[in-house]
Formats: sequence, C-alpha cells, structure tokens
Amino acid sequence: MIEDATVDRLEGDADAGPAAVIVDDLHKSFGSGDVLKGVSLRAAQGQVVSILGSSGSGKSTLLRCLNLLETPSSGSITVGDESLRFTADRNGRLSRPDRRQVERLRRSAAMVFQSFNLWSHMTILENVIEAPIHVLKRPRRQCIAEAEALLAKVGLAERRNYYPAHLSGGQQQRAAIARALAMHPRVLLFDEPTSALDPELVGEVLRVIRGLAEEGRTMLVVTHEMAFAHDVSSRVVFLHDGRVEEEGLPGQVFGDPRSERLRQFLSRTRSGR
Amino acid sequence: MDFAFLADVGERLLSGVPLTLELAGTSLGLGLVIALILAPMLHSGRPVLVWPIRGFVAAFRGTPLLVQIFLIYYGLGQFRPFFQEIGLWSVFRAPYWCAILALTLNTSAYATEIIRGGLQSVADGQIEAARACGMSRWLAYRRITLPIALRQALPSYGNEIILMIKGTSLASVITLAEVTGIAGQIISQTYRAIEVFACAGAIYLVMNFVVTRLVAWLEHRLSPHLRAAPDLVRSIPV
Repeated sequence: MIEDATVDRLEGDADAGPAAVIVDDLHKSFGSGDVLKGVSLRAAQGQVVSILGSSGSGKSTLLRCLNLLETPSSGSITVGDESLRFTADRNGRLSRPDRRQVERLRRSAAMVFQSFNLWSHMTILENVIEAPIHVLKRPRRQCIAEAEALLAKVGLAERRNYYPAHLSGGQQQRAAIARALAMHPRVLLFDEPTSALDPELVGEVLRVIRGLAEEGRTMLVVTHEMAFAHDVSSRVVFLHDGRVEEEGLPGQVFGDPRSERLRQFLSRTRSGR
Repeated sequence: MDFAFLADVGERLLSGVPLTLELAGTSLGLGLVIALILAPMLHSGRPVLVWPIRGFVAAFRGTPLLVQIFLIYYGLGQFRPFFQEIGLWSVFRAPYWCAILALTLNTSAYATEIIRGGLQSVADGQIEAARACGMSRWLAYRRITLPIALRQALPSYGNEIILMIKGTSLASVITLAEVTGIAGQIISQTYRAIEVFACAGAIYLVMNFVVTRLVAWLEHRLSPHLRAAPDLVRSIPV
C-alpha cells in the first residue's frame, strides 16, 4: 500500500514557501536534566516534518513544547504569526508566557496524542464540535455540519454518536484527528499517533495521516513508523540526546545517513521488523 | 392493630414531610455549592488552601452531627452581642437556621471529599487534550474535568443525599417539628412509641426509595459511555 504520491514534494526545495513553524534554539530541562539542548526547526507551509529518535531523545518533549503543554526553558516558537519567546532568570525560573497568547498558539497547533485522549463523557461528534464551539465560538449548527464532514473523511460518519469507549483504538485515533482538524489549525502535531495501537490498526490511521499530507497540510509527526516517515515526509529530523543530530530529505536521511548514531538507530529499527 | 390510630398518626407525620424535605434540600443545595468551591481548592494541592479545608473536613466528618447541631444551637448564643451588632441575631437565634447551618456544614464537608475523589479520577490526558486545543483553565474545568468528576462522584453523592435526609431527624432535638419531631410529640401524648416510630420509619423509607430511584435514573442517563455500545444512535440537540 506504499504509493509514492509525495515524490514532487521531495523534489522541491525543502525550505520552499513561507514558514508555518519556526523553532529556534529551544531548551527544556526538568529539574536538573536537560531534555532539549537547543533544538532549531523549520517547517514551511504544507510540509510534513517527521521527527525520529530513540526514546529519551526529546522528540515527544519537543512536540509538547510546540503546543506549550510543556513550557520551554528558553528559545522561541513561532506558529503562523504567533511568536513566543522564553527566557529563564538567573535562578532558572521560567518566564510565564502570556496566557492568552499561549491559548492562541494552541488553537493554531492542534495536537494528536499517542493515547488519543478523547473526552470519555462525550460522543465522537461532541468531541469534535467541543472546541470549535467553546474555544473558537463558532455557531453550533455550522460546527456540527463541519464535524460530520470531517468524521466522514476519517471514515467514522456512522459512528458519530458513539462514545470513545465503544470504538477501537484505530477508530478513536481517527476521531482524535477529526477533532484536531476541526480547529482549522495551521499545523498538526502528531505525538506517536500509532504507538498505542494494535499492529492491525496502524494502517488505517496512517492512511488518514497520509491523506492529510497529500492535501498539503503542515504537519510535525513524531513516529516510529520508518516506512511511513520515508514516504510521506518532506523532511526528516533525527533527534539524539536533545539535539538535532541530522536532518534532510527522507531519501537522504534514510538512504545515506551521515552520522554514526543515525546509522545505528536505523539499523536497530530495521532489524526490529 | 389500631388502623384508625395509624392513619391518624400517618397523617400528622406527613405534615412534617415538607419541613424534612426543606431542611434536606436547602442544606444539600448550599452544601453542594460550598463543596464545588472547596473541592477544586483541595484538589489544587496548594498547602495554603489544602490545610484549612482538610481541617474543616476532618472536624465535620469526625464529629457526630448531633454534637454539631447542639454546638451551633447553644454555642452561637455565646456570641450574641456580636451577632446582634451585625444584625444577624434573629437568624442565629432561630432553631430552623441553626439546623440549616449545621446540616449544610456537615454535608459540605462530605461532599467536598466526594467531589475531590471525582476530580482525582479524571485522567490527565483528558485535561491535557482540553488545554491543548486552547481551552482556558476555567473552560477546561467546566466542560471536561467537572462533568467527568461529577459523573464519577454521583453514586457516592447519592449516598450522601440519603444520609442527609435521615440526618434531618436530628433537627428535632432543637425543637423543629419535622417528621421525627412530630413523632416525638405524638408519643409524649399517647405513649405508643412503636406504632409512631414504625410510621415515621416508613415515611423515611419511602422518601429515600424515591431518592434512590432518582439518582439511579440520573446515573443511567449520564453514563451511556460506560455501557455497551448503543444500537440506536442518540442524536444531539441542535
């Protein structure tokens, strides 16, 4: 089922187009441990950037920082025209970013979680319309119409009145993707979207994400699915120990890894399957 | 069996039901409001908020309701000059308001603990998902955390409602003529304790049966997500 619909994307200039996401020299430490040690990243409009790395490399933290679920220790994040800069004082205390600005940024960077995190007391449809109605303050009727279209798109139209507990993991993750899309985000953040799924359910979720890539949506994807990252990404970033160890076009990163660590990482993940 | 007597007693006791329900309803309502304010504070984990609330909860859960009623009814008299000064003496002199105050504080302590348990049961991921799509803290609390927590807390809270309805019977000791109070009056006139208390017990039993059914119905309505998948789809109101 691997089709190469993204070839033209690969051939284009990797930095083409206006930037949708710019991360500059991002640091994050928990207690005394530095998880991110100066990560810079740029995703142009319509690009899919895959973030690889072994566990503990900081890839999930990076993604969570982008949505400000974690507050970076220093550095800056720009999503669209919303830009946030972080500094720490001498005692290492974090500056508190402006609450409203944080909420604005979160609206434009929608997150899809590893464990779906659908709201358990709401139906799938209610999950999808919740934030558009209450955060974006859009008319309910319009939100419902749009949500139904989104659910149809991820193949869950007739499940719209089911509760998350009544769905398989793959269905829940597709619903979570519809929920993220309903916010009309500038960028979609995927945090290992298939890692919590049974193997036979991975495909249906990847197909949906692949479809979104083909629509030209800007996405940052933390993933362990190497074939997927290879086919879908415009660029691949390999994180190691809180730093960008290597980045480039997928063909280059997977075909001709320059750093020893990436070579090791790739051989390990390949031998694993 | 003296059915004529029972019917007469039943009728007189029933005239106390409105007061019983009023005491229970008012204090449950006020207590719930207090609990909804205190529980999130307790859940916040901030020592300056947590310790006073823990103290309050411990005091009112750890002492008998009867003692609390006596302390409030007789104890507040000590502060008569103060209450007179702020113009609230007429309130705190009245047995009715003393009973309401005692019952309210008592139930608010229990309800705080019940709701805190509910809040604690809400998975972090659910709140994170709410924050991640730009919900403010308050919106996420109102739309996600609280609805999930209250569903979780409902069965225990139903229990608390029943305890409070029975708890109102203690208001009779400070002269209130609710169901138990009236029962006491009838007994002092007739010395037929068994029939009268049996009758009173039956009335509480019926009230609590109705409450139990109502809570069960509410629980059923609010938890379709905990049951098997629906065959019939539920459409949401537009």
